[in-house]
Amino acid sequence: MSSKPKVAFYWCASCGGCEEAVVDLAEDILEVVKLVDIVFWPVAMDFKKRDVEALPDKSINIAFINGAIRTSEQEEIAYLLREKSQLIIAFGSCACFGGIPALANLYSKFEVLNDVYIESPTVDNAAKFLPQTTSIDNNGKQIELPEFYSQVRALDEIISVDYYLPGCAPTPKLIANTINMLLGDNLPTAGSTLLPDIALCEECPRKDSKPTDLSITEYKRICENLVDPEKCLLAQGFLCMGPITRSGCEALCIKGNMPCTGCLGPTSRVVDFGAKAVSMFASLSSGKNEEEIEKNYAQVMDPVGTFYRYHLSKSLLRGKLERGI
Amino acid sequence: MSEQNWEPKIIAFFCNWCTYTAADLAGVSKLSYAPNVKIIRVMCSGRVDPQFVLYAFANGADGVLIGGCHPGDCHYSEGNYKTLRRISLLKKMLTQFGIEDDRMRLEWISGAEGEKVKTVINEMTENIRKLGPLNIPEKFITWDRELEKRNRGSEYKLRV
Repeated sequence: MSSKPKVAFYWCASCGGCEEAVVDLAEDILEVVKLVDIVFWPVAMDFKKRDVEALPDKSINIAFINGAIRTSEQEEIAYLLREKSQLIIAFGSCACFGGIPALANLYSKFEVLNDVYIESPTVDNAAKFLPQTTSIDNNGKQIELPEFYSQVRALDEIISVDYYLPGCAPTPKLIANTINMLLGDNLPTAGSTLLPDIALCEECPRKDSKPTDLSITEYKRICENLVDPEKCLLAQGFLCMGPITRSGCEALCIKGNMPCTGCLGPTSRVVDFGAKAVSMFASLSSGKNEEEIEKNYAQVMDPVGTFYRYHLSKSLLRGKLERGI
Repeated sequence: MSEQNWEPKIIAFFCNWCTYTAADLAGVSKLSYAPNVKIIRVMCSGRVDPQFVLYAFANGADGVLIGGCHPGDCHYSEGNYKTLRRISLLKKMLTQFGIEDDRMRLEWISGAEGEKVKTVINEMTENIRKLGPLNIPEKFITWDRELEKRNRGSEYKLRV
């Protein structure tokens, strides 16, 4: 066995973009591979769960886990990797805050399964089968599927997490910095987010066009309006999350002429991202009576989906309250 | 607590300059009103961050009442307008979470309106009594019961 640090990657409830982001390191990944031994990476390499189980406890140096936790299988692997690893990194917004999959916390487990397996127009399921945790196959053998939980949870609701690297997905530059930092001698404080603790506006190329006093009279939807490529998006009335989101991505979306959607998560002073977004957008708008205010918000079609796009698991209310099982 | 002896729990944020003074006046005038409200004094209704409201609900409040100065009367000139804008957007969002409109109320009560404090608190308590308990902490416990099977103890840390 080599003495190189051992690294594991795993994906839970996620789209695969985070894995893609690691591959996006391109040639740099060869440098990483020179420095570390990858012992588990189901997406790219042929390792099995039993290979990890065979490792001694705490023998993996760093485990990067992306994706939220929705099934008992993801939960089990999270526990396994916690047992075998010294450091667990919540990689990407889903592992850190629940991410896009967490928006399913607005629906019950049944509504989700019903929609995917029965109602969806591309599905042919006349017998209305829904996935079962146990069933009998054609040979009479009992087979098992993982349990689909009622909630989407962030990784740190299941196991303790040493560091957080949010992003949808984290940029190759952030990943390379993180790996170098973790392989070095100076580890950051446990539990910290490996990003600057200042708002995105600080590194936004349109910073200078942001007026000191904003008084937005009508929030606009990006799909229905032309965007000025030079001017601050908030000043144009678009719902840009820049002021409450961490910096570190170098304002990628803004450079692509799209408002920030908040994937890097809140700065450390914020408890609940969506509530803070409500506070911010309300403060930046004008209107002194209910009628004017109503008009300001008329185009805010889906407040939870907009303000908690990546954070519903970590919101104070965690999801829709009455939704059955 | 059983359904029968349940009493609505309301958290009220009252601004120092108007509504809190009005509550004081209600007290000095010996007005009696429902004992279901726990009042928190803030310097301005504009100090009430939507995070406070969610925190109150998430920790067991059945309703949240916010009291500020009448429009134009804010001690800090604009604070109550900001509150109005925040609360309307927050209400829009709370609907999606399944929290009824009546559970959050914003009222303008001046320092002279001790009587209004009484009416508003009594009305709100009755409205919430009709809606029934919200009981979010209990819901969280129910939601997390599915994790108990595989819970491997505090070393692995579950949401507390």
